[in-house]
Amino acid sequence: MNLKTIFSKSGPSPAKNADSGFQKSWAVWFLAAIHLVVLLAGFIAPYSFETQARLYPYAPPTRVHFIDCQGKFHLRPFVYVTKIGENNPTEYTQDCSQAAGIQFFVRGDQYTLLGIFHSNLHLFGVDPAAGLFLMGTDGFGRDQFSRLLYGGQVSLFAGLIAAALSVIVGLFLGAIAGMYGGWIDDGAMRFAEIFIAVPWFYLLIAVRAFLPLQISPVTAFVLVVCVIGVVGWGRPARLVRGVVLSARERNFVLAARGFGASNSYLLRRHLMPLTFRVLLTQMTVLIPQFILAEVILSFLGLGIGEPFPSWGNMLANAQQYHVLVSYWWMLLPGLAPIPVFLAWHSLAEKLQERVKSNI
Amino acid sequence: MAPPFAFAQKTDSADLLRTTSEAGIRGGKLVTTLRSEPRTFNPATANDQNSFGVNARMNADLIHINRATQKTEPALAKSWTVSKDGTQFTLKLRRGIRFSDGQLFDADDVIFSFQVYQDEQLHSPQRDLLIIDGKPIKVEKLDAYTVRFTFPAPYSAAERVFDGLAILPRHLLEKDYKEGKIAQAWTLNTLPQNIAGLGAFRLKQVVPGDRVVLERNPYYWKVDSKGQSLPYLDELTFLVVPTQDAQVIRFQAGDSQIISGLSADNFTALEPQQAARHFKLYDAGPGLEYNFLLFNLNDDTEGRFPEIARKQKWFREVRFRQAVSAAIDRASIVRLVYHNRAVPLASHVSPGNKLWFNSAVPSPAHDVSKAKELLKSAGFTWKPDGSLADPAGQPVEFTIVVGASNAQRAQIATLIQADLKQAGIAASVVPMESRSANDRVLRTHEYEAAVMGLVSGDADPTPDMNILMSNGGTHLWHMGEKTPATPWEAEIDQLMQKQLVTMNYPQRKKIYDRVQGILAQQLPVVYLISPNILVGAQENLGNFRPAIIEQYTFWNADELFWHTPAGKH
Repeated sequence: MNLKTIFSKSGPSPAKNADSGFQKSWAVWFLAAIHLVVLLAGFIAPYSFETQARLYPYAPPTRVHFIDCQGKFHLRPFVYVTKIGENNPTEYTQDCSQAAGIQFFVRGDQYTLLGIFHSNLHLFGVDPAAGLFLMGTDGFGRDQFSRLLYGGQVSLFAGLIAAALSVIVGLFLGAIAGMYGGWIDDGAMRFAEIFIAVPWFYLLIAVRAFLPLQISPVTAFVLVVCVIGVVGWGRPARLVRGVVLSARERNFVLAARGFGASNSYLLRRHLMPLTFRVLLTQMTVLIPQFILAEVILSFLGLGIGEPFPSWGNMLANAQQYHVLVSYWWMLLPGLAPIPVFLAWHSLAEKLQERVKSNI
Repeated sequence: MAPPFAFAQKTDSADLLRTTSEAGIRGGKLVTTLRSEPRTFNPATANDQNSFGVNARMNADLIHINRATQKTEPALAKSWTVSKDGTQFTLKLRRGIRFSDGQLFDADDVIFSFQVYQDEQLHSPQRDLLIIDGKPIKVEKLDAYTVRFTFPAPYSAAERVFDGLAILPRHLLEKDYKEGKIAQAWTLNTLPQNIAGLGAFRLKQVVPGDRVVLERNPYYWKVDSKGQSLPYLDELTFLVVPTQDAQVIRFQAGDSQIISGLSADNFTALEPQQAARHFKLYDAGPGLEYNFLLFNLNDDTEGRFPEIARKQKWFREVRFRQAVSAAIDRASIVRLVYHNRAVPLASHVSPGNKLWFNSAVPSPAHDVSKAKELLKSAGFTWKPDGSLADPAGQPVEFTIVVGASNAQRAQIATLIQADLKQAGIAASVVPMESRSANDRVLRTHEYEAAVMGLVSGDADPTPDMNILMSNGGTHLWHMGEKTPATPWEAEIDQLMQKQLVTMNYPQRKKIYDRVQGILAQQLPVVYLISPNILVGAQENLGNFRPAIIEQYTFWNADELFWHTPAGKH
């Protein structure tokens, strides 16, 4: 998904300064890159998310070397074969006598890209005897780095799709409420207020509890997205209503009405486009919130289930005391959302500046 | 409370038991943790582990199972004789010993206790043990210190029945019993002075939700090899700490000095700190817990679950179960989930059960090609993508239910899922709240497969009859069978009945060996592993000998002592 193209199409740009600031924003590029990376997880990750290297449970991150044990420099990065402790299977050392160079475009686990292309070509990897675990492994010996990329598909896109869903619902209901007013407006807004007032987290848990436990991961994903998205429509609906309410009294709308334009025509042609920027800003605020919602749901075991990763269920391992004190790399999935949230918030700020300068 | 001189008088004339363990030093306090507070101090109504653990310290039984040797030994009964036909047990009781409130103990207390336990209205959890073939055990008083128990039929495990049956003080509980209020007696609100037992400790204080404090019973009936009266400790405190992780932290901090039932993960995390924090961890070896993959073989006569019924065609095929067993890599489970602190199992009897384990049954080997051969011979085929199809061409997919509260079992299920994929079987793991998982297995039968674990109550075949007999109350894989569904189940029924009345140990062992052989062959459930019993204690705690039968750490609480001067802890 190329965010830049979407945003650059967002109407005429009277505010040149804000626009160029927006285009220079690191956030756009960063977010575009990270979404691309997780979409291509199968290719970029050295392993599949479910491949268990059973000899290496809780292996620490593999060190990538340029300089070997003898102090000699190598142009090609390499790793040493990990040796397992004799008494304790989670005690690891590097075996200086066996090195494996990192290779590019290697054959490995099967994967499906974007649900269409089947392949087993990976961007990088090492000889299977060595093991390349950039962020260590979990208790089953599954590569955390690969799982983090695959998990991003769930966590990032759950947030994105859920935000889109709530903005669409919000746009529809908010526009109708603003346009027609009266009891429709009252009804829709009171309904929205209920959703805003109810603590969303408890509502999510309650809704999830009603759903069947035995569901496929895809169904689970769709359900989580729908639950999060449907719950969050209140705020965008109020925003849209506000914009529509003020705009419908503006002269160009009144003029259009004078020429016999119908309500639906006015909404489509004149009013809804006005809400576009407000909604974009709203969406950039909602996305990180919803990513967090998915992470929390999965962390509590209410989201995607094993063996499919999401940032939340990966982090759930760290609920256990022994993981918390012994294997620090198991906490890395908790750090992953931070740059993403910062990027979204930075983007939201830029968009807001742009909206303000437009007004 | 009786004056101290009563104790001095008693020691001269009483039949005390002299222990052989290392003589210790009097004094000091010991703190340990419980998952939740005991529900009751009433031994006749207690049915949860926390209540058992605390009550066992305040009470004593007639014949006791030594947790270290797994054999029976004298307790309140100093000796006993068995009639030739094996139905009558005549027990000689210790004379002149007293309850913790100073009152004398005699045969009337024994008669009263068994009257309570066998009472139909009270429905004590111990009642099932004391009703054999629907008939109660007859208990008679021959004189003030002799009691005769008559079993309705020869009963090979008779001596072991007495273990854990606390002898109740008639002088305190008879009134409640006669008024029909015994079920409400001895709650957590009862004043400590109104509760008495024959155990090493007596109740001192209850802080609801926080702790139970026991103090030394000055009238206890055991002395050490030097003639010093037991127990050594002045006080025993049970702190309520709801999760194991929190228990580990309290133990590390020194708030508690004994920790029991450690997971292998926590054991590994604590191991490096032993020297610095002055505690010692113990691996007592495989316990009596066995974990297994259970297939739903129940009859769905009402046709409620057609989808499960369709899959039962595979589950009922022994070669399918054998193939699943061969496809499972138990060594990986042992290594990854238990850090090598567990053993693979061929049947429900773990090698920890020293007297009954059949070492001739080979440990199941991980062999995917054998699994595929078995499946092929049973008519299964593979699709081009490697997935398995049944003889009707349907894909072989099923769900494995697992209780979410047990992290190890959830991990086992995930490993099994990956193992079965190697054979083309698509299993999906469904973690659910433990109680609803149990409910599905035991009551509604709405499940396809489940990973579960059970702990044998005792290192004797008899308590397992409930599970192994086709009409047993917890015949897990096929509940409520009216007649044995298969010839091998009929054979197990017959063998288990036979061992029940066989008094000779070698003969009984032979019978039980055969049962284990059948189970390993027929795999009504796919036996997986038995975890080791892992515990820890402060390094200067003397006589600490963890056992593999409940209670792992406290079974000899009366002998525990501090090597350091008393009062430091």
